[in-house]
Amino acid sequence: METYKLLLKIIMTSVLVNNYVLSKFLGICPFLGVSKKLDQASGMGIAVIFVMLIATAATWPIQTYLLDPNGMGYLQTIVFILVIAALVQFVEIVLKKFLPSLHKSLGVYLPLITTNCAVLGVTINNITDGYNFLESMVSSLGCGLGFLLAMVIFAGVRERMEEADPPKAFRGIPITLAAASIVSMAFYGFGGIVTSLFGE
Amino acid sequence: MKKLKILTNGLLKENPVFVLVLGTCPTLAMSVSVINAIAMGLAATAVLICSNVAISLLRKVIPDTVRIPCYIVVIAGFVTLVQMLMEAYLPDLYEMLGVYLALIVVNCIILGRAEMFANKHTVGESALDGLGMGAGFTLALIAMATVREVIGNGSFAGMEIGFLQNYKIPILTAPPGGFLVFGCLIALVAHITKGKAPQRKSFDCESCPSASFCRKDCAACEKTAETEAK
Repeated sequence: METYKLLLKIIMTSVLVNNYVLSKFLGICPFLGVSKKLDQASGMGIAVIFVMLIATAATWPIQTYLLDPNGMGYLQTIVFILVIAALVQFVEIVLKKFLPSLHKSLGVYLPLITTNCAVLGVTINNITDGYNFLESMVSSLGCGLGFLLAMVIFAGVRERMEEADPPKAFRGIPITLAAASIVSMAFYGFGGIVTSLFGE
Repeated sequence: MKKLKILTNGLLKENPVFVLVLGTCPTLAMSVSVINAIAMGLAATAVLICSNVAISLLRKVIPDTVRIPCYIVVIAGFVTLVQMLMEAYLPDLYEMLGVYLALIVVNCIILGRAEMFANKHTVGESALDGLGMGAGFTLALIAMATVREVIGNGSFAGMEIGFLQNYKIPILTAPPGGFLVFGCLIALVAHITKGKAPQRKSFDCESCPSASFCRKDCAACEKTAETEAK
């Protein structure tokens, strides 16, 4: 029972309270770039969940069983980014060959995600937070879900924004950032939810 | 004269943060206080200069087809170096920057300059470009952090400003304030330059520094995906 409670707490924290996009500012580029249309936004979000899960599944064992026992923890950054980049390429080739339907829906977004700071961030955070393998996977799933949620909500906001007529200097990126600020404010309200639900 | 132009390019005309809108993640996350902003800016500048020099030196050795992985390894190497130095000599700052220090690896300013400048220019010019772009990044971070810290926390670089203590607007130091201040500052720069600067219009693929190696042509790429889906 305790385990389930802990895992639920990790998910709630990473989806609502520490949302990667809206409160940790990781993965801003795809968040602002691919959120113009709802279907693109959800495609990107699902691709990010997918990559976060496989990246964590690969990097956690590498850190725990290869780098740490040999005192090579300082290689973390180099190893992680290379593993993630190689893995994404590899997965793209495999998907293209064996699951063409999945590749059609996710393939476009995969190369974009290689140098996405949210993916590298989640793998490093899982190690620094001292999670075990199951907790790391759950935390990655939560972060990915949080990213998807933020993308989908923001895509809805932006579709409305198309009709707005802001001052000239604010057109384009500035007004998009101001809208992101309001969405972020909504998530800011979740601040105390986890401690009040689960205790410290 | 040309050298000076390379150096000042990054400061104003092609400021990586406010004009090209690159490196948004560290800009938003590390502008809560001026101290953080300076530390982040200097760390990124150091990596940027070193990686620009190294990539410029290696530009004739690296085969074109595998250049991006090579750039990433070079950048990751220098980031690790900076991380280890900071952990040893500035442990407090190391704690404060946290995961964002490692994330300099995926900062698109650095990869973008490697791809757009360092692999086409000499070592000296690349070093100057790195310095100019790094200084532009640092100054932009400090400008944003000043607004957020002074109005949001009533202090500057940790020193309290007496008369502002009763008029703080704490939301500016919180995440929503980051987005808002960033948007307003970009609008301000756009208003001052009146469209003379090569302002980045949107976050579409054409203006992304990764576009050249992600998929050469994003529109064509989307189109193929659509036709394949049908």
